[in-house]
Amino acid sequence: MNRREYSAGVRDSLPVGIGYFSVSFGFGALAVSYGLRVVDATLISLTNLTSAGQFAGLTVIAAGASLWEMILTQLVINSRYALMSLALSQKAGSRVGTLPRLFIAFFNTDEIFALAMARTQPLTTSYLMGLGLTPILGWTGGTLTGALASSVLPLSVRTALSVALYGMFVAIVVPQARKEKPLLAVTLLAAALSCLFTWAPVLNAVSSGLAIVLCTVLAAGVCALLFPLPEEEAHPQADTSRPGQRAGHTREAAV
Amino acid sequence: MSLYVYILVMAVTTYLIRMLPLTLFQKEIKSRFLRSFLAYVPCACLAAMTFPAILYATDSVLSGLAGLAVAILLAFWGKSLVTVAACSCAAVFVSEQLITLL
Repeated sequence: MNRREYSAGVRDSLPVGIGYFSVSFGFGALAVSYGLRVVDATLISLTNLTSAGQFAGLTVIAAGASLWEMILTQLVINSRYALMSLALSQKAGSRVGTLPRLFIAFFNTDEIFALAMARTQPLTTSYLMGLGLTPILGWTGGTLTGALASSVLPLSVRTALSVALYGMFVAIVVPQARKEKPLLAVTLLAAALSCLFTWAPVLNAVSSGLAIVLCTVLAAGVCALLFPLPEEEAHPQADTSRPGQRAGHTREAAV
Repeated sequence: MSLYVYILVMAVTTYLIRMLPLTLFQKEIKSRFLRSFLAYVPCACLAAMTFPAILYATDSVLSGLAGLAVAILLAFWGKSLVTVAACSCAAVFVSEQLITLL
C-alpha cells in the first residue's frame, strides 16, 4: 500500500462522501417509514452502496415478494455498473491485481467510477482503495443518521422526510432530461408506464418490484431503438463529459 | 421470509454485477443497442420509481404533488441535490399543515 496514493484517493473522493451522506439520509428516513429497524436500514446501505437499487429492493421487501424478483430488480437497475466495471477494468490494466479488484468492485458507484476514469495519472491499487473510504462511511453514516432522526422526530416531520429520496431522484433526472431530448423521452415514457402499472386494471396487480423492472426495460429499450447513442458516445465514459452532469455537487451524490 | 435473506440476496446480486466485469468477463460490449440501453436505464428506473409513487408517500396526494412540483421546478433551475430534496420535504410539511387547518 502506497500511503501517498491512498491519501490522494481519499482526498479526491471526499466531496462524494459528503454528498452521499445527505442522499443516504433520505434513504434511512424512507426505510424507517417502510417499517425497517434503524440497524437493518444501515445494514442495507453498508452492504449495497447503491441508491436506486436499494430503493427498489426496499419496495420488494415491503411487498414480501420472491427472491427471484429481488434478483431481477437488482440485475436490471444495477446493470449499468457492469459497463462501468468493464471500462474501469481496462483503465486499471495489469497494475491492479485480482484481489484488490474484488474490493474495488464493492464500491464502484457512478461517482467513484467517474473519479477513477477522470484521473490523468495511472490508476494504482492504493489510489482506488482510497477512493472508497469516505463514500462508504458517508453512505452508511447518512443512512444511520436519517433512520435515527426519522424514528425520533414527530410524525409530521417524518412524513415530510419520506419524500427526500424522491426529491433527490428528481434532482438527478430533471437536469439531464432538460439537456438531452432522448433522456427526456426515456423519463416521460418510464413515468407514463409506471402510471399504467399503478392505476390500470390488471396491470396494477403486478408487484411493485417487477413493475419497476418492466417500466425500466420497456422505456430504456424503446428509446435505445429510437435514439441510439452516436458510436463514440455509447460508453459510460461519455457520461462524465455530458455537460454539467458530473460537474459540481449536483451529480456528485447519485449512487 | 427473513429480512436478512433479502438483504443478502440484494447485496450479492449487486456485488456480482460490479465484480464479474472487473475480474472474469473483460470483453468490451460492442452492441450499440445494448450500450444505449444501459445509458438510458438510470433515468428510466428513477422516473418509474418516483412517479406516481411520490403521490402516495405522504398523507395526502395533494402534499405529495406539492413536493413533486417543488422538486421539479428547483431541479429545472439547476439547484443542488440537497436543496431540491430539502425544499421538497418542506413543501410536503407546509402543505400538510395547511390541509389540516382547512
